[in-house]
Amino acid sequence: MYDALHRQKEVDVNEIKIAARGVQVHYGDNHAIKDVDVDIEDKTVTAFIGPSGCGKSTFLRCLNRMNDTIPICRVEGSILLDGEDIYDKRVDPVQLRAKVGMVFQKPNPFPKSIYDNIAYGPRIHGMARNKAELDEIVERALRRGAIWEEVKDRLNAPGTGLSGGQQQRLCIARAIATEPEVLLMDEPCSALDPIATAQVEELIDELRENYSVVIVTHSMQQAARVSQRTAFFHLGNLVEFGDTSTIFTNPEDPRTESYITGRIG
Amino acid sequence: MTDATLHDGQPAPRKSSLHQLDALTKKRNAAESRFKAYGIVAILIGLFFLVVLTVTIVRSGIPAFTQTVVAVEFTLTQEQFDDAESKLMKTGAYQDYFIAAMEGKLAERGIEMDFDPAAIERLLGKIGSNLREHYRANPGDLGRPVSFELSASSRVDGYFNGRVTRDTLVESRFLMLSDLDLVDALSDAGLLKQAFNWNFITGADSGVDNPGGAGIGASVVGSFFMMLVVLVLSLPIGVAASIYLEEFAPKNRFTDLIEVNISNLAAVPSIVFGILGLAVFIQFMHLPQSAPLVGGLVLTLMTLPTIIISTRASLKAVPPSIRDAALGVGASKMQAVFHHVLPLAMPGILTGTIIGLAQALGETAPLLLIGMVGFVARGYPDGFLDGFVEPNSAMPAQIYTWAARSDVAFYDKAWGGIIVLLVFLLAMNFVAIVLRRRFERRW
Ligand SMILES: Nc1ncnc2c1ncn2[C@@H]1O[C@H](COP(=O)(O)OP(=O)(O)OP(=O)(O)O)[C@@H](O)[C@H]1O
Ligand SMILES: [Mg+2]
Repeated sequence: MYDALHRQKEVDVNEIKIAARGVQVHYGDNHAIKDVDVDIEDKTVTAFIGPSGCGKSTFLRCLNRMNDTIPICRVEGSILLDGEDIYDKRVDPVQLRAKVGMVFQKPNPFPKSIYDNIAYGPRIHGMARNKAELDEIVERALRRGAIWEEVKDRLNAPGTGLSGGQQQRLCIARAIATEPEVLLMDEPCSALDPIATAQVEELIDELRENYSVVIVTHSMQQAARVSQRTAFFHLGNLVEFGDTSTIFTNPEDPRTESYITGRIG
Repeated sequence: MTDATLHDGQPAPRKSSLHQLDALTKKRNAAESRFKAYGIVAILIGLFFLVVLTVTIVRSGIPAFTQTVVAVEFTLTQEQFDDAESKLMKTGAYQDYFIAAMEGKLAERGIEMDFDPAAIERLLGKIGSNLREHYRANPGDLGRPVSFELSASSRVDGYFNGRVTRDTLVESRFLMLSDLDLVDALSDAGLLKQAFNWNFITGADSGVDNPGGAGIGASVVGSFFMMLVVLVLSLPIGVAASIYLEEFAPKNRFTDLIEVNISNLAAVPSIVFGILGLAVFIQFMHLPQSAPLVGGLVLTLMTLPTIIISTRASLKAVPPSIRDAALGVGASKMQAVFHHVLPLAMPGILTGTIIGLAQALGETAPLLLIGMVGFVARGYPDGFLDGFVEPNSAMPAQIYTWAARSDVAFYDKAWGGIIVLLVFLLAMNFVAIVLRRRFERRW
């Protein structure tokens, strides 16, 4: 049933990139994340799985402080990136988000050209000294986002004119164009066909060589295929966290087992 | 559970033909047709009033743009010129020559009339001095025929468009009953014609006893300077305030209070802003009275809430996912707003601004209190900067002034002024549409 069963997963422990301790999130009165501890390793893909509404997106958004934009959202606890608390008063969330990129659940390209969608991040971060360099960055990002072939002839066409799946790959390309250290992906493949999904998964595997990737997914197969660590969330609790192969073959918690075998969710 | 109970609980689906509308569908369709009919009726009512209004305005306003002129071909010889220049009553001499020429023209067409020089003066003003000026400035015209178009008094206009009739005419120093005989004679002789009244577009207001000379040009300039002040102040202030309130301000009691007050300000009667302007700008800050600068400041106060409300609405309409996307690639809040949100909100902001400006352009009440209504601008400002501080009038104020004058001839001018004002409003709306098209690159 799962590739994980057949594939020898790399399980050696890497350096910890992000360490979350005692994280609590409230939306007004709604207690969305309850006391979660997670270690996200460098050069590793971590999958967040769990039934709809269990707080996967919420927790993911804590990792680059996107929740700051929601006025009613309150985050407690500590999240350390390379040993530094990202919720420290001295931290500028803008600087943080340049290091921790994000791909959103719904594709949200800018209403600008495909080229400008990708070039925007590198431009504001001063990553290119001239047009040629910027062109190169754009092409590389689009290639890695597995969309170059489809859009190379219409880089000046609007990004919003692409199909849903193409838009999502554009957003992935946009996120990696700024070379973040951590890439957060919220259900990046929910709008993609199997071919594009395979390409994105390949990309994620490739990114793992240099980055730390966190992916939220509703597909058990995908989690098993791309991730080395898996976290299972349920009703705001982190129920189980460990090696992907262990979680899928030998879960400790009965809730995990019923979820991955399709009995709750 | 047996088969039988299963059957009872779940009745077989009813078979129905798609070619036959069921009762519910019929009812829904009827409701829809009814609604469409209401809509069409509502639009027709609106159109009806629009047409009535337009027709009335155009019909009543057109006379302001035309003018009766006496067109006479007239030759003055060198001897006549020298003779006239040597006389004590020089302009009188010119007038005599002119009257003689006119008598000649009438006689050619077999009309005999006795001329009273005073009647000519009542109809055509002081033609003697006009002629003298012309020949002194253009001595080359001496001895050859020159066609003169002399504008007739506005009473003559009134006689032609039916406002003045022989029955209702009150004899005055402006027009006597006998003058109308002369007018008829000139008309029969084909010496009278209707010409476009350029002076109405370009001229300044005239005195209360000279409706014919009144023009709206100076107050158009006054309005222009006021609108300049309004645009330059209210657009940046309004947009900056809305961006701050919408995107940056913390949501708390205090910002709520500000928000409520801005909405309330939009509903404050404009005359309140007028008295505020009088108290603050004129009495306290000692800015000049009747100046477009002060008018512009007052109208800015009035326009700001409109601009803020429409700007905030268009900022709100930008989907939050765009902000997330920008923040997600590491843009600062300000970059997200200025690079992504503001361009998308631009069409709405421009529309709101132009609606605000159009409202301000037609506003009279606040100008009443700062002395721009009733002020008679005799000419154009001397320079660009003087345009802001020199007392002037504004279009709606000028219209109000004319409409309030006792001489009915000014009534035409008021209608004509309304046409000019509406042309400006239409032009502004047109600009709004063009700008919206340009910015509205829906991707
Ligand atoms: N912006 C918000 N305002 C208020 N409550 C929110 C907001 N976003 C999420 N929540 C609440 O937080 C809880 C967790 O939501 P979250 O979006 O994290 O779930 P999820 O695990 O990502 O679900 P899905 O798999 O359907 O995307 C839910 O109860 C949701 O109602
Ligand atoms: Mg989610």
